[in-house]
Amino acid sequence: MTTTTEPREPLATDGELDTGPRVNKPQRRDALRGWLYMAPFALAFFLFLIYPTVYGLWMSFTGRSLMGANTELSGFMNYTEAFADPQVWSSLWNTVWFTILTSVPLVIVALLFAVLVNTGVKGQWLWRLSIFMPYLLASTVISQIWVWLYNPELGLINEVLGWVGIGNIAWLNNPDTAMLSVVITTVWWTIGFNFLLYLSALQAIPDQLYEAAELDGAGTFRKFWSITLPSLAPITVLVLILQVLASLKVFDQIYQMTGGGPAGSTRPILQYVYEVGFEGYRLGYASAISYLFFFLIIGISVIYMVINSRRGARP
Amino acid sequence: MTTTVPAVGTDADRVADPKAVARKRRVSPLTVLAYALLIIVAITWLAPVLWAALTGLKSNVEAASPGFVIIPEGGLSLQNYADVLQAGLVPRWAFNSLLTATAITVITVAISALAGYALSRMDFPGRKITLAVIVASILIPAQILIVPLFQQMVDFNLLDTYWAIILPQVVAAPMVFILKKFFDAIPVELEEAAMIDGASRMRILLQIVMPLSRPILGAVSIFVFIGAWNNFLWPFIATTDSNIMTLPVGLQTVVSGYGITYAYDMAQAVMAAVPLIIAFLFFQRQIIKGIATSGITGT
Repeated sequence: MTTTTEPREPLATDGELDTGPRVNKPQRRDALRGWLYMAPFALAFFLFLIYPTVYGLWMSFTGRSLMGANTELSGFMNYTEAFADPQVWSSLWNTVWFTILTSVPLVIVALLFAVLVNTGVKGQWLWRLSIFMPYLLASTVISQIWVWLYNPELGLINEVLGWVGIGNIAWLNNPDTAMLSVVITTVWWTIGFNFLLYLSALQAIPDQLYEAAELDGAGTFRKFWSITLPSLAPITVLVLILQVLASLKVFDQIYQMTGGGPAGSTRPILQYVYEVGFEGYRLGYASAISYLFFFLIIGISVIYMVINSRRGARP
Repeated sequence: MTTTVPAVGTDADRVADPKAVARKRRVSPLTVLAYALLIIVAITWLAPVLWAALTGLKSNVEAASPGFVIIPEGGLSLQNYADVLQAGLVPRWAFNSLLTATAITVITVAISALAGYALSRMDFPGRKITLAVIVASILIPAQILIVPLFQQMVDFNLLDTYWAIILPQVVAAPMVFILKKFFDAIPVELEEAAMIDGASRMRILLQIVMPLSRPILGAVSIFVFIGAWNNFLWPFIATTDSNIMTLPVGLQTVVSGYGITYAYDMAQAVMAAVPLIIAFLFFQRQIIKGIATSGITGT
């Protein structure tokens, strides 16, 4: 078994997706049996992924409500309404802003943590447990804990800041700090995932590279700059795209910590979809907003694939 | 071709490499700095949960009085934790979470392994296009499907049942792809020998391929389980009956329900966190491997 430092690129379309079935003598009976083995997954795949994707697209062209009324096609009405809806734009902006604010530290700080843990310090399990543990917790659990920490009068955070003379901050109750608060919580909560990806990548860098550099008289910083960082470039592109896609889908912790407030200052697009569909009963309009969001995600994925294939094309 | 980055090694693995030991032995100022920074990071990262656990040991009145107090005058007690277990619905929700997450994991792994095996080893018509569609579907975010899926559950009359929680979560296209790649790397000769002996395909899959795939199956299962256990949005949409709710959804309903019961709330949150933290301590290696494998394949 060989191991390469280059991670598998999931969305690559360069033909290495499939190496063909590894059968020695093609068996005629495999035609039927193949579909028999595929059937359970194919059924679930069709019923709970393909069908709702198409159904949702159809709904987005109707005035469908939760009460079941109004299933006639209404053309692009929902879409024109969405483009003119200031709430769509503000929640979309909140989503993008949240993505920018979280993705940068979730990539850079995760890398720093992994480098620190990989310096050969003892007590690996303790460092890994501390940094990764929050990732295991449900969104509701971390939201409750952080709402308590952010409590303006009783919270631990204002208490600790008070020791160094920083006055009370309203954190979640102030439109200026609410988004920042949610971002801090999210970084704390999810950094363990990227941290582990980087730790795996660091441990996959061959020791020989460092030994060769040492023979050439390279110091710690030189080795880090010339070996470690370049080796991590491919995985960084991957971690970044996974992080951006994950951050764009934010809903849970914001809904639970601020309910999208104060004054809509943290409300992400998915919460607006939820409000329109399940509180406003307008399933058709909610579907249309979902699909606008879907196109955004597809767009970003396509940009990633283009960058990725260009990078792969270079020798 | 094996393309996954190897999982994070244990201390034992690292020590086994004499060169790594030699590099480690020098205690440089940088190592001291690394320790110092790591201690700060570890304290910062553990503090929120430890503080919540401590708050849970206080009384509601003590928790609601300002000031940094570690041990209040009334002392610490496990009363809140006992109350959570006895009075509230937390045990019920934990059971629902365990049931649905286990069902999701078992079904997902079973149907993904069958599909992955067919895609890897069998030459059936439409195989290539099927694989391409499955891989392309990874781009569809589950979150955009909540509206049509909800309508579907209404149509099937499944709302507020375990099935409503389970069924939409068993479709895991990345898992099919990961397993197919893994099966591809298993030498086909092993299966041919069994085939000559007259073993059926299913027997080969169950008795040769699956045992050889145990590491990847473990990693994938744990990854699916954590995702299902912690999933919020879909179970939140699919259930309104608090007897069917999973732990994350149920907790959300009581937050908005009760008044100023900080200590009780924290005890509740910590109790909800305990099962997975214990699981992590037991399955640390597999969990880490699962993250590395599944993350890199783009879940």
